[in-house]
Amino acid sequence: MSILKATDIGISFGGVKAVDGVSFSVTPGQILSIIGPNGAGKTTLFNIVSGVYAASRGSIQLANEDVTGLAPHKLAARGLSRTFQNLQIFQRMTACENVMVGRHLRENCSLLPALFRTPAVTRQNRETRTAALDLLAYVGLKDVADVPAGSLPYGACKRLEVARALAAEPRVLLLDEPAAGCNAVETEEIDHLIRQVADRGVAVVLVEHDMKLVMKISDRILVLERGRPLAEGTPREVRDDPRVLEAYLGQHGAREAARA
Amino acid sequence: MRALVNQRFITLAVLAVVIAILPLIFPSSYYFRVASLVWVSALAAIGLNILMGQAGQVSLGHAAFFGIGAYAVAIGPTHLGIPPWVAILIGALLSAVLAYLVGRPILRLKGHYLAIATLGLGVLVALVITTESRWTGGPDGMPVERLSLFGWRVSGSYTWYWVTGGLLLIGTWIALNLDETPTGRAFRALHDSEVAAQVVGLDVARFKLQAFVIAAVYASVAGSALAFMNGFINPDQAGFLHSVELVTIVVIGGLGSVVGSIVGAAVLVTLPQALTVFQEYEHLLLGLIIIVAMIFMRNGIVPSLSALVFRRARS
Repeated sequence: MSILKATDIGISFGGVKAVDGVSFSVTPGQILSIIGPNGAGKTTLFNIVSGVYAASRGSIQLANEDVTGLAPHKLAARGLSRTFQNLQIFQRMTACENVMVGRHLRENCSLLPALFRTPAVTRQNRETRTAALDLLAYVGLKDVADVPAGSLPYGACKRLEVARALAAEPRVLLLDEPAAGCNAVETEEIDHLIRQVADRGVAVVLVEHDMKLVMKISDRILVLERGRPLAEGTPREVRDDPRVLEAYLGQHGAREAARA
Repeated sequence: MRALVNQRFITLAVLAVVIAILPLIFPSSYYFRVASLVWVSALAAIGLNILMGQAGQVSLGHAAFFGIGAYAVAIGPTHLGIPPWVAILIGALLSAVLAYLVGRPILRLKGHYLAIATLGLGVLVALVITTESRWTGGPDGMPVERLSLFGWRVSGSYTWYWVTGGLLLIGTWIALNLDETPTGRAFRALHDSEVAAQVVGLDVARFKLQAFVIAAVYASVAGSALAFMNGFINPDQAGFLHSVELVTIVVIGGLGSVVGSIVGAAVLVTLPQALTVFQEYEHLLLGLIIIVAMIFMRNGIVPSLSALVFRRARS
């Protein structure tokens, strides 16, 4: 039973079809990876699914409800969270505050109690902070909870984004290149993290260039090329698909994938 | 966490002590008046700083709301027979409604475009005040009836010093309250990354609007206080130069710093008074001081100095 289903998605920018006729679906606890060369339309697809861009055609269903064209914050309220390829953290806020913002949907945020700092607001704030610290511990950032996020190293910021996305307790998590720019150890950590998240029943959609990571943790893989779907299947099927080998992985990639 | 709570308490306590002690060193009622002007400007600036410093949205027309608050307490009692203290609330309500109605379309704009749109709002309100002379006395301004609360006539610079000081304390308390709440965090989050704020579920448009309305109400109450205090009001209070002055206070004091807005107001209100000894060079010097301050304290007086003190303390 799929939780997120995208059907025949398409978008054009000034006549260029950035995404053209892409469909995918993902079930709870499943990890779906979307791969493809640079410019294949992976991030654009993410932006459409998360409501940042409006698709020019196609439809998106979240938990069997049509959510095509809904604003990002409304999608988030229905259980869809995401991270960004180019970091989008709240730089001037502490790591903990970043995750606390992620709890926003779970908080009561009426204005008047906030202005007068009622006891209920203070209590809620304490609860939110506790939950945020738990998540920071989960991604291994508890020690830097009160450090401004802007001064954290790159890998830490990547994990902070994951923690912030998880704070909303999403049903679907879109991860845009979570391992980009991370060293081998950090990639390993992220790999564990994603697996754990999926094991808790969250549907994970992953855009990633690190073939080793993709082949290792994906349940299914969707390959895009120039905005169009090229192949879809299990890691093994995709790895052995001659079109994929030729068009995307090339000889070097094929070797790397074989070793994984 | 505990440290933050204490910081809020300490800030309020220090401010209260400063307000209480200053009268001991004031040689004449003139000083009370200048200090009251500082408190009023600081109040308006604290509100604007929630919009600019926290939520990251600029307003170059903020004096419009100051003017609405001021003219509400002038027109209400004089022309409509509304009790003066009720007129303060009506002014604040009018400002909030106007901010809400105008904010909805213009807060979609960003950066320079938003600046121009808010500038337009400011110009428009000032224009209405200047031309509707039957109600507002036009460019000459109009007198304001004395404020009386339950039979107590609030008048004299000494009394107003305490009233405006009290208002500033309340305004500071509310602004500091916001910081550690979902709303305060939402403001700062959308300032840093609007797209990230959206995907974690923040209704960005709603929070921008909230910040705009809060800032408008602060300015309106400050405007009402000034009008009562002066017993007279003219359109300059709603004019472009006053809007610029408010923005300058916020920026020079420190964007996002509540204390910064108070210090910024103190600097920008008292400096011209202190510089009057230089006569015709007064404005030249004022401009120079502002430029130099911005070059050497780019983040504003309070954030720059506290960073300096923090570094010294650690090394």
